[in-house]
Amino acid sequence: MESPDALIVVEHLSRYYGPTAAVRELSFQVRRGEVLGFLGPNGAGKSTTMQTITGNLAPSGGRVTVGGADILDEPVAAKARLGYLPEQPPVYKELTVDEYLRFCARLNRIPRAQVGEAVARAKERCGLADMGRRLIGNLSKGYQQRVGIAQAIIHQPDVVILDEPTVGLDPIQIREIRDLIRELGRDHSVILSTHILPEVQSVCNRVLIINRGEKVFDDSIEALTRRMQTSALVVALRRPPALGELEELPGVSAVETLGEGRFRLHHDPEHSPAEDLVRAACAGDWGLVELTPERLSLEDVFVNLTCVEPAGEAA
Amino acid sequence: MVWVIAARELRSLFLSPLAWSVLAVVEAILAYLFLGQVDLYLTLQPRLAAMPGAPGVTEVIVVPLLGNAAVVLLLVIPLLTMRLIAEERRNQTLPLLFSAPVTMAQIVLGKYLGILGFLGVMLGLIALMPLSLLVGGSLDWGLMASGFLALALLLAAFASAGLYMSALTRQPTVAAVSGFGLLLLLWIIDWGGRGEEGGSPLLAYLSILRHYESLLEGVFKSSDVIYYLLFILTFLVLSVRRLDADRLPH
Repeated sequence: MESPDALIVVEHLSRYYGPTAAVRELSFQVRRGEVLGFLGPNGAGKSTTMQTITGNLAPSGGRVTVGGADILDEPVAAKARLGYLPEQPPVYKELTVDEYLRFCARLNRIPRAQVGEAVARAKERCGLADMGRRLIGNLSKGYQQRVGIAQAIIHQPDVVILDEPTVGLDPIQIREIRDLIRELGRDHSVILSTHILPEVQSVCNRVLIINRGEKVFDDSIEALTRRMQTSALVVALRRPPALGELEELPGVSAVETLGEGRFRLHHDPEHSPAEDLVRAACAGDWGLVELTPERLSLEDVFVNLTCVEPAGEAA
Repeated sequence: MVWVIAARELRSLFLSPLAWSVLAVVEAILAYLFLGQVDLYLTLQPRLAAMPGAPGVTEVIVVPLLGNAAVVLLLVIPLLTMRLIAEERRNQTLPLLFSAPVTMAQIVLGKYLGILGFLGVMLGLIALMPLSLLVGGSLDWGLMASGFLALALLLAAFASAGLYMSALTRQPTVAAVSGFGLLLLLWIIDWGGRGEEGGSPLLAYLSILRHYESLLEGVFKSSDVIYYLLFILTFLVLSVRRLDADRLPH
């Protein structure tokens, strides 16, 4: 089960706040070179899970190991291998960017001689090169967020955990940060929680969706994309035939009338009846003006996974 | 690691106006008291000169000065220690320390040493006043050393209690008020039994003031020093445990 290059292994993780379960029996792994998108509605337990992995919260049950070190038994070894950006960037507003990053570098056991280099590299990667002498308190939210990210990657940890890293950034900054995350994903493991679904599609290669503390989806981004292709075609016909003729097309399981000559054809996922439909439309002179394979947006899949009681299949 | 945290703490202290104003106010008040004591000595001097075995400069000026300094600092130290952990908790910067490869003990010790560094500066500034007397006379070095050791231990004890109070809450003001309350209580805890013969020996032992006074008079008892060391250790351990409890399910 445990693959050799898994950097984060979470096994049956539970965390209770009093009687409330924030996370229940959650298990997953993140391998080197993987960017895991961590999705879930508000209060699903995303932040709690991240805080547990980073040692900010102790689990009520289960185990978390980072790079083979258990977060409870060998916290220092485990923490040395991860960088964490919490929801609120943990910056000291009275320090300048340079002072702050130098402190973080020393805190993460970077030898004194290499601190300057590490700070310069982190600033460079996060687009903070000109901000070194500015007070963090005077920076905009977006720049504070970047300082937070710089802090998380300064010691080049194996695992980078980012809790909503693009909140409060402008679109250009968001694109830069996404590029950065993609770059990080090449030789680190990244866990990224977010509300922005397109972000997951653009930077992650795996998706984990949780709802009410329980895992509802854990697979590659391709599997998620496959889920987004549904088994329906929408057609508009100028001279629609009888409903029965449409139903008889091979592969079609049901036909829905949408009015004004529009129909939704449900079919079994393997065989799209599109070709047969076009042929029949030509032969029968139905006047085909529209043919659209219906696609669910990521939002729909997300809503389906998190809202429908016993995790419903996409319609 | 401890030193990295301590250095950051000290730097942040001096970047806030609080530290500077505290230093200025304490120095001004103690200077006023010091001058008053010098004046007293000058008026008493003719009579003292006639007395055999009369108290010297150190006893008349330095000992009361340190006694007053203790009271002033009792009021001030909770203000300095209040932000140590409470403010980090309020600003949500604690995760930075919690997810760094350091132990809770190192975090607490780092913060404690940071505040001790500041108190060291303050102690140095206070010491300059009696040392200025060297211009016109000599000091009783044994008494001086014992007095300043007492003050240093006392400040270290205050700081450890303040640190613990700061670990309990996320509101710096609450930390200051409760720290001040705790110190004041420990200061006056033996007053109840003072009138009667003996009083309660336990309360007398707990009183911070008792141990301070005897050291101040130049009586160096290791039990007094041990009292302070135990006091500091207790509150540091409590602080570590309190921070640890932040992570536990409750």
